[in-house]
Amino acid sequence: MTRKQRRLSLIFGALSILALSLGIALYALRDSVVFFFTPSEISAKAVKVGARLRVGGLIKTGSIVKASQTSIRFIITDGQSDLPVAYDGLVPDLFREGQGVVAEGKYSGMDVFTADSVLAKHDERYMPREVAESLKQKGLWKSPQGTSK
Amino acid sequence: MSPEIGHFALILAFLLALLQSFAPFVAAQTNDSRLMAQASWLAIGQFGFVALSYGLLTYAHVADDFSVTNVFENSHSLKPLVYKISGVWGNHEGSMLLWVLILALFGALLAGFSRQMPEILKSNVLGVQALISASFLAFILFTSNPFTRMFPAAAEGRDLNPILQDPGLAIHPPLLYLGYVGFSLVFSFAAAALIEGRIDSAWAKWVRPWILLAWIFLTLGIAMGSYWAYYTLGWGGFWFWDPVENASLMPWLAGTALLHSALVMEKRNALKIWTIFLAIVAFSLSLLGTFLVRSGVLTSVHSFASDPQRGVFILAILVVFIGGALALYAWRAPSLKQGGLFAPISREGALVLNNLFLIVSCATVLVGTLYPLALEALTGEKISVGAPFFNLCVGLLMLPLFLAMPVGQALSWKRGNLYGAAQRLVFALSCGLVAFVFCFAWTRGGPVLAPLGAALAIYIMIGALVEITQRIFSRGVSVSSAFERLIGLPLAAWGTTWAHFGMGVTLLGLAASVWGTETISAMRLNQPQQVGPYEVVMQHISGREGQNYSEAFAQISIRSGGVEVATVEPAKRNYPARRMGTAKAGIATLNLGQIYVSMSDSNSDGSINMRLYWKPLVTLIWIGSVFMALGACFSLVDRRFKRTVQRRIGSKLPGTLQSAE
Repeated sequence: MTRKQRRLSLIFGALSILALSLGIALYALRDSVVFFFTPSEISAKAVKVGARLRVGGLIKTGSIVKASQTSIRFIITDGQSDLPVAYDGLVPDLFREGQGVVAEGKYSGMDVFTADSVLAKHDERYMPREVAESLKQKGLWKSPQGTSK
Repeated sequence: MSPEIGHFALILAFLLALLQSFAPFVAAQTNDSRLMAQASWLAIGQFGFVALSYGLLTYAHVADDFSVTNVFENSHSLKPLVYKISGVWGNHEGSMLLWVLILALFGALLAGFSRQMPEILKSNVLGVQALISASFLAFILFTSNPFTRMFPAAAEGRDLNPILQDPGLAIHPPLLYLGYVGFSLVFSFAAAALIEGRIDSAWAKWVRPWILLAWIFLTLGIAMGSYWAYYTLGWGGFWFWDPVENASLMPWLAGTALLHSALVMEKRNALKIWTIFLAIVAFSLSLLGTFLVRSGVLTSVHSFASDPQRGVFILAILVVFIGGALALYAWRAPSLKQGGLFAPISREGALVLNNLFLIVSCATVLVGTLYPLALEALTGEKISVGAPFFNLCVGLLMLPLFLAMPVGQALSWKRGNLYGAAQRLVFALSCGLVAFVFCFAWTRGGPVLAPLGAALAIYIMIGALVEITQRIFSRGVSVSSAFERLIGLPLAAWGTTWAHFGMGVTLLGLAASVWGTETISAMRLNQPQQVGPYEVVMQHISGREGQNYSEAFAQISIRSGGVEVATVEPAKRNYPARRMGTAKAGIATLNLGQIYVSMSDSNSDGSINMRLYWKPLVTLIWIGSVFMALGACFSLVDRRFKRTVQRRIGSKLPGTLQSAE
């Protein structure tokens, strides 16, 4: 092979690998992108029933009900709309009424959201970013105590 | 007083860095050896002042000086000493200071240890390195000063986030930073080469030990971080494809590619322009990671506090360095001479393939990490790209890489014989096949992916050993001469073998995770519960006080066939200073697998909800990464050794010695 042919074969090989990976990435993105909504956005945006979603907000005070030993029901609220959530599994250590939470699962109408994962914030001082932002927009944001710079 | 001295030392370090980011370039331009020699002292002095400043911050933490805001916000007088020391980097300001400390350390190491290096190259490298550290020192001084005082001083601190009060904090960040920041020196080498316009195999020879060093630390740092997350977050996952983890994986993928392409450059003087590009990319990704973690763009345990001003500052540093280096690259690279021809089927060809797949997987990780951020900035829609995306993309792209790993080792340089290589790998391939059939039959047609992964892992492990075995034993070699050959093998050969073998070991651990069991159960005292091949019994529940926390724990006995093999004590801790709780998982290692018990809430009937996991072969994931790092250590040591020997012999027979490997 001449030098030119070698270089061409290298470039051709590189391009085909790049094209292949682009194809894989686009295909994978189609199925694994999950949108984030607050309860009021869900009712406003006419989300398709059966879609995979992440829902964030605060856990409504007095809404946590233990359905069985390892399953739980609670309500996520953003102050305007509520969304009841059913979750089969153990909740994180920081899961408490009035705290920020993000639930991921399948949307099946406004009656109940079946979550398969529930995340609570790691630290008293901050909450999931999406939740904090949507609370700020709705004027429900209480600045955390203390001066966290 | 001492915090002010620390602050002052930091300012002096900044001034030295400014001087160092300009004098060596002038010296290199004018070929002024005396001035060039001064650059080394500047680098060492800069490191000295940063170290002094860092030491004084540590002193403030250890001595509970709550008049320093940083100490007040992140420490507590009752905190154990080890977390007072490691807590220095458990917050934004301190972790940035550690970052700069390591940056200056690498500059000083180069200044002190690479005495034989060409002067001009060394000066330019030190100059670029100082540019980086001057920018980060400015960042600390103007936006994140750790020595800020508060008035009045507090009597007691706020304590460190309990999740960070763990031995993992003492190990993971320094290792990771040594890796991340280690690539800064590699970047400086690339920029220096572009400035000088001279790139040859000697350059690769000088830069490769630094690549290896950074890679070793990065590998261990990522592995340690993954193990920490595994045992501390309480739900048994070791990799979440969290953006912060991706931020460390991307430089690792690029660094691995760089490690291999620099090898081609050193041995064969080929792939020069590509290697320079990778050197720029590896550190750019480290910078990107620092930006993502430190700017508050992402929220996670790693982002201690967010402040838009800091984000903009780091973004500016990022743009200047990546943009500047790429512009320099675009301007200079076309004028560099390409050398070293090779056929597509050759060791070089295989390494090119390795580079392509590594870089392309790195790119998909980058896309998956940045896409949600870009989409939100452009359309306001909030999305997350989850594990399925990364598993599919990286899994599929790594597959050909894994298949080619042993083949590449079996091919010779310049022009290889694919048929011959395949013949040498027949044994490894058949071992893989046997492993597949065995695993598939044993799990009775469970998920097919796990036996495939295990087969691939066995193929890689055996394949890694094939080359070295054939170098020791060939047909008709007596045992004694085989032993002589074994002794005579260069350490670098062992390096490749160990690193590739380690990759196989890690892969086997990953594949085996599919065979684990995960149950959530409401446990009662003395009621046995089956977990994988073991039986667990909760024997006792109690509470106790730690130094700065109180905890409730359960004593759980793990039995096999009625005989107790281990006990674990999962606990729930409460830290009063932050009114915050953490869970401590109870982990027992049994035959390379682990029983993992984590305690959750209790029920009204007195039972306690527990996560009970059996994770077969899970320790292999981390053992494999230690093997990989060990392999890189062998290569590193070998090179040092070779150079001294070469010098010694070279002084007797000038110009006759060719590097053997």
